[in-house]
Amino acid sequence: MTAIQSGLLDQAIIDDRRARIVPKLQAILSSDQLKVTQEDLAPFETDGLAPYRRMPMVVALPTDKAQVIAIMKACQSEDIPVVTRGAGTGLSGGAMPHEGGVLLSMTKMNAIQNIDPDARIITVQPGIRNAAVTQAVAPYGLYYAPDPSSQIACSIGGNIAENSGGVHCLKYGLTVHNVLQATVITIDGGELTLGGESLDAPGLDLMAALIGSEGMLGVVVEAKLKLLPIPQVTKVVSAAFDDLGTAGRAVGDIIAAGIIPAGLEMMDKLSLQAAENFLNAGYPTWAEALLLCEVDGTAEEVQEHIEDVTQVLKTAGAVEVKVARDDAERELFWKGRKSAFPAVGQISPDYYCMDGTIPRGELPEVLQKISDMQDKYGLQCANVFHAGDGNLHPLIMFDGNDPVQAEKAQQYGSEILTTCVEHGGTITGEHGVGVEKINEMCVQFPGEELTQFHALKRAFDAKELMNPGKAIPTLNRCAEFGHMHVHHGEMPHPELERF
Amino acid sequence: MGQDITQTLVEQIAQAHQEARPLAIHGGGTKGFLGHDLVGEVVDITGHQGIVNYQPVELVMTVRAGTPLAEVEAALAEKGQCLAFEPPSFGSAATIGGTIATGLSGPARPYTGSARDFMLGVRVINGQGQALRFGGEVMKNVAGYDVSRLMTASHGSLGLITEVSLKVLPVAKSVKTLATSASANEAIALFNRLAGQPLPISATAWAEGQAYIRLSGAASAVDAAAKQIGGELADNSVWASLKELTHNSVAEQSTLWRLSVPQTASLDLDCPLIEWGGGQRWYTGDAPEQELRAKVEAVGGHATLYRGQAERVFHPLNPAMSALHSRIKHSFDPKALFNVGRFHPEF
Repeated sequence: MTAIQSGLLDQAIIDDRRARIVPKLQAILSSDQLKVTQEDLAPFETDGLAPYRRMPMVVALPTDKAQVIAIMKACQSEDIPVVTRGAGTGLSGGAMPHEGGVLLSMTKMNAIQNIDPDARIITVQPGIRNAAVTQAVAPYGLYYAPDPSSQIACSIGGNIAENSGGVHCLKYGLTVHNVLQATVITIDGGELTLGGESLDAPGLDLMAALIGSEGMLGVVVEAKLKLLPIPQVTKVVSAAFDDLGTAGRAVGDIIAAGIIPAGLEMMDKLSLQAAENFLNAGYPTWAEALLLCEVDGTAEEVQEHIEDVTQVLKTAGAVEVKVARDDAERELFWKGRKSAFPAVGQISPDYYCMDGTIPRGELPEVLQKISDMQDKYGLQCANVFHAGDGNLHPLIMFDGNDPVQAEKAQQYGSEILTTCVEHGGTITGEHGVGVEKINEMCVQFPGEELTQFHALKRAFDAKELMNPGKAIPTLNRCAEFGHMHVHHGEMPHPELERF
Repeated sequence: MGQDITQTLVEQIAQAHQEARPLAIHGGGTKGFLGHDLVGEVVDITGHQGIVNYQPVELVMTVRAGTPLAEVEAALAEKGQCLAFEPPSFGSAATIGGTIATGLSGPARPYTGSARDFMLGVRVINGQGQALRFGGEVMKNVAGYDVSRLMTASHGSLGLITEVSLKVLPVAKSVKTLATSASANEAIALFNRLAGQPLPISATAWAEGQAYIRLSGAASAVDAAAKQIGGELADNSVWASLKELTHNSVAEQSTLWRLSVPQTASLDLDCPLIEWGGGQRWYTGDAPEQELRAKVEAVGGHATLYRGQAERVFHPLNPAMSALHSRIKHSFDPKALFNVGRFHPEF
């Protein structure tokens, strides 16, 4: 985290840039859309990854596409970086401001522009909250599938930048599978329409390049999203295991039985006990692991799958299998899972949250390795994860006031991520690289891939002004690792459910 | 199993890069019609074969690009799984590399997803002869730009795909096809009305006065939905003929345009075959190219020539997109070696 403080621009350079850009921005924006004083800038100095903070040079809050175009042209002509920010809930510092750049906050562009229930498409501005989309289309029996845990606060623009997932992506896909069209403004002020209302578009699939690009290629000013019919019935099964490896193998057995659950989540003993301690969900605290398996569809389909899943789980060695009696109990089952992060925050002064993803079959072995590392580092680690996707969120518990523990937690985290890569996985499943995992990208891509990424970026942004220093490391920047650091359970946006 | 000729391919491409010599990527040759003529020295991917990794329980298969599509599908079928985007093969020689490079998807497309939706990872040799790997074998991966999906349907314009990792899915336990008499417009309205309801629909099509709806899933769900929707039970084999364009409605037509339009679009063109809930329509008439493209573009769609004569195979890009495409091409293939002009004349 100290690395963020080094290498900052000289104040004289910042002052010069501010003097050049502010008059241009004043000609575009009204006074309440432009923040320049320290007091007004302070709320923007961090996103959801609070330890990484920087004061932006100025904050611009456009209200329409024309303003975004004008701002981009001004920044390009003055060689000033642009960092786009949605709701600021990101967990990798992707929207951490640039001390010599414009922070483009999209929150004022949050309108629903059109709902077409027949075509099952909603057209929105990027600042709209994820949950607001689903609320708006619920009267038509429709919903928007990607449901990141921060969905009550996070924005669609941010979801596109991060390729956000959620609990249901095993069956319904990520953001990349659910956005039909995006209108994008590039740094030269050019307007591009990527994708379309048809199921494919002419030319290259640039939507694929845009989604998950962490604000490095352009600014989304409008998106058309695919809507799905709300399933008739949703049911959840909870299965308790007396062995973590057995639970890991059961995940594979469900898939092998030909069932794609809507959600398949797992908690280990530590997180289970922490969650139970936190809100009494009725979890079996004796268990070494708990699997939650959600099935949705028509009434007949769900009935058939619940019977199959129950049988598979019993055969796989589950000690106790419970089907939620009703929606209230289903929500209680989920609530414990969704509270796992704050629950761990309650029992440990600090924790690091990792976001590695591995092939499902590697779960038992990787879980065992992570568990064994506890002795090596003398620290406890709770595990909560999207088991169906193999997306792990190990929470390494430590006391940040003890520098030795803090250092060991760092090393522990590094070894987990390295282990994920060694087992054919990735350093980030859904939180993004941002500024947090910029160094680990070198572990993930030791070859010429990074050079190719930079070349691709320059095709959109020749001067590399969009979100500089994020997502893709320069080749000479492969140094030490950094992780999400939560002090005394003080999460940014503590009101949000965390996965 | 199979053979890894990556090194040979790297050497050939590196040599071509040095000499700035154009290269023409060849797979099984079953989709030769889909694009302008290839120029340059042949890079043959068919010798690069074999399933590298397939763990059914992972729902992932990693396979070398020259492997026949039929071999991939047979290996999956043996384990009760499939490529859920149902790619057309257009001939037994089709390779998995060509399938991904053209990015074609079959009847399940609107309901289950497209070829790019199932792409998890790719190995590619770029225009500098560098063997690169993007994505991987995991379901969620946000490390770096999503080059795997960008390579899908890029028609070899960015590089040579040597290996792909694909998400695969279990075969549905029960599949039933319903047929009912309807006009084209009635069928499109019906398909879209049903798609807004939670039903296990996996394909829809209209041809020769019949609307076809395929249901896939748990037997109980399929039976219940069949009862709800109504219509006659029809043979499931109709979907294979639609996918391969051997269906009576289009099989013998000498002109064949694929129109990709919004599913509910109202289009003033007589199409004998409509698929994808209205999103993919096949036109066999003799409207002039410019007029056809203008009509399709006006409703937010685009047109691709499958059979017959036209100035361009693919729909032209607007100037901003065209310039961006050229820059992206340059970023992967700076000396413009691969499949130049095959996809779009400007790159």
